[in-house]
Amino acid sequence: MNARRVPSNAGLDRRGFLAAGTGLLVIALARPAIAARPSLEEAMRTFAGGAEIQTGRVILDIPPLVEDGNAVGVTVAVESPMTEAEHVKRIALINQKNPQADVAVFHLGPRAGRGWVSTRIRLATSQTVVAVAELSDGTFWSAQSEVFVTLAACIEDLE
Amino acid sequence: MSRTMISVPKTAKRGDVLEIKAMIQHKMETGHRVDSKGVPIPRDIVHRFVCTYGGVEVFAADLFPAMSANPFIAFTTVALESGTLQFAWTDDQGRTETASAEIAVE
Repeated sequence: MNARRVPSNAGLDRRGFLAAGTGLLVIALARPAIAARPSLEEAMRTFAGGAEIQTGRVILDIPPLVEDGNAVGVTVAVESPMTEAEHVKRIALINQKNPQADVAVFHLGPRAGRGWVSTRIRLATSQTVVAVAELSDGTFWSAQSEVFVTLAACIEDLE
Repeated sequence: MSRTMISVPKTAKRGDVLEIKAMIQHKMETGHRVDSKGVPIPRDIVHRFVCTYGGVEVFAADLFPAMSANPFIAFTTVALESGTLQFAWTDDQGRTETASAEIAVE
């Protein structure tokens, strides 16, 4: 009598499927993320959780023209008494054309004293930058600026 | 991890709004670059910055790859009491760098 070990079709298929799946996963992870990013408006909506974003009360100070997109100085100032009852909770900086939309989210509160923050950001190309402020009363306010960038950041290897 | 630099006034009057500057030396590798062999360089950034004052969190920031290298953040806080301001930066590797400064408030 011949005792032959015949692998079942189900086992082979499952093993084969798992191997192929793992291979695909490895390839997907190795490829740099060039997938579509949310639009500026979509990213703003996500930050506001779908609430209406009004224009005003926020001053976005960013140079209209920069030589080097690697370190663009940005300052955001929000009109607010910054009291326990009425203050800025968060300020988001969002960009239009970098590989990713988010730049930073700053968490303030009544102890901040001023609805103010200053930082340096990377801009990959000329684009719109937006600051969105969330106030303690649940409202959202924004300001936007166009920046012309001579030397791109993020995607160029400068070193 | 890296050098940090903070600027905090040494003294203040109660109620003054203090301007604080904080910076950490960090490459802020975006995850979008590839090396000379075409292999993607993994993302490694400082993604969280927190400032506490007398043990209470008074400012925090969630940072993304679009922040410049050696991330610089300036913010304000109200001088409420004499005490210690502590700063912490956390990166994608889970490393945390800290710094602190004393302030005397009259």
